[in-house]
Amino acid sequence: MNNKLDLSVDIAGVTLKNPITTASGTFAPREFAQFMDLSELGGVIVKGIANVPWEGNPTPRVAETYGGMLNAVGLQNPGVDYFIEHDLPYLEKSGTKIIVNIAGRTIEDYCEVVEKLADTNVDLLELNISCPNVKEGGIGFGTSPEMAAKVTREVKAHSRQPLIVKLSPNVTDIVEIAQAVAEAGADGLSLINTLVGMKIDVNSKKAVLANKIGGFSGPAIKPVAVRMVYQVAQAVDLPIIGLGGIMTGEDAAEFILAGADAISVGTASFANPRACIDIKEELINYMNKHGFKTIKEIQDAFKG
Amino acid sequence: MGAKLENGVVISNDQIAKDIYSMFIKAPNIANSVEMPGQFINLYPKEKHTILPRPISICEVDSKEETIRVVYQVVGDGTGQFAKLKREDEIQVSGPIGNGFDISGDHREHLLVGGGVGVPPLLELSKRLKGNVTVVLGFRDEPYLIEDFEKYGAKVYVATESGKHGSKGNVLDILKQEDIKIDMAYSCGPKPMLKALNSWCQEKDIPVQVSLEERMACGIGVCVGCVCKKKDSGNKDGWSYKKTCTDGPVFMGSDVIWDE
Repeated sequence: MNNKLDLSVDIAGVTLKNPITTASGTFAPREFAQFMDLSELGGVIVKGIANVPWEGNPTPRVAETYGGMLNAVGLQNPGVDYFIEHDLPYLEKSGTKIIVNIAGRTIEDYCEVVEKLADTNVDLLELNISCPNVKEGGIGFGTSPEMAAKVTREVKAHSRQPLIVKLSPNVTDIVEIAQAVAEAGADGLSLINTLVGMKIDVNSKKAVLANKIGGFSGPAIKPVAVRMVYQVAQAVDLPIIGLGGIMTGEDAAEFILAGADAISVGTASFANPRACIDIKEELINYMNKHGFKTIKEIQDAFKG
Repeated sequence: MGAKLENGVVISNDQIAKDIYSMFIKAPNIANSVEMPGQFINLYPKEKHTILPRPISICEVDSKEETIRVVYQVVGDGTGQFAKLKREDEIQVSGPIGNGFDISGDHREHLLVGGGVGVPPLLELSKRLKGNVTVVLGFRDEPYLIEDFEKYGAKVYVATESGKHGSKGNVLDILKQEDIKIDMAYSCGPKPMLKALNSWCQEKDIPVQVSLEERMACGIGVCVGCVCKKKDSGNKDGWSYKKTCTDGPVFMGSDVIWDE
């Protein structure tokens, strides 16, 4: 059946063999390779990488909530030099497209990372201006249209690879931010990052996370994500990677109907380390059931 | 060897103490991949509002029967779902995960110290150790697994906070009272206990391996949620974060930063 389907999608001139990618922060190549063949994925979006190693936040960093979870990892990462030396060679052999999420505290930090990645086989860049867990950089850039445009413009000027900008849902008007980064030269968008959330232990009367607040993800946030993908897709003519609570192939189809060109699987991979593969197979079943031959046909089938 | 993912089949699931259950799961791929005592598995709750796996230490492995035994405490929604599992029910399992206790040395006099739900992984350890095994276990009120340790030839001391069983007090009280010969100590339990044991062992110049616990999300080394502070002379602060799940959960007590 599969051979009649064309699952491939184009994101800013890069062809993904299927629309399934791993969401940044929830993917590590060697760990997931224990449970699946990475070449079955359209692409992998690796954890946020900064110009220098980041230590991250104190623990507890994670907590489960009803239908979701909170995290305040704080973008712990080993830095771009380590990534290029240790992880990239492994990813290059994995047979999938490599998308690197870029973290920074300043515009110069971001630019340093993309310059170092310019000479590598990384396929796409994802600019993280929406992490709720770091004060500087992160969400500071992603919540004002002017700042979002400024960082996009500068980073784009230093990038060789196409630049996808990952948007924060923690804004009054996500369309305004999307339009601002589109005008500033973004080649694509991914949305949404996590919602800002909090959990209090009513017995100890303390916040569960050491950071008090953290990023809320998982199936509980899906309706917010679908709404934002829909609104942005209506307003901006850029490829969109949709994410936020995708657990099944039908969830993936819902994002594509809303206007996404590809999707990312995040928290679902914690609930099931093979989630990406299961979601791909379920999406194929959905396409067969509804007679879709391409991802574009799903997108065009939205009846409003 | 790496971790596996499979649908385990429940062989039995019995309550053995208040809120404590002992479950045998047939999971051939995982049972045959366990390399060290002190490794753990992730059990995935079935109900969809419980998103994250529950990391649970391996209490025993039977490679002939291809089963894993876990002894777990019901503390919330996820473990509450596990307690309802019946014989022949399926449950998704991943593992084995982590670096367990190192038993490759030529030590002969072993001390195992467990507290509460930290006790179960010490059982598989006691089975695999060569030499004399002394086990000191602390419970709040009601002990469990005592006969299992004795069955494998260990000398067992029990302390309870209430004094209902064994001696009243904690594991450190027993260590201070008894004259136990020790070449290597191994421990799993609440952090204050591990910290106190580590100090005691340092005074006596006894190496101690400790199994740490942190809140985890993925349980497979991806999310970096469960980090702990390990001494690192290469880092400017003298320490760096390590993943409790896959760098640990067992570390040398002398390598751990015990500030919290």
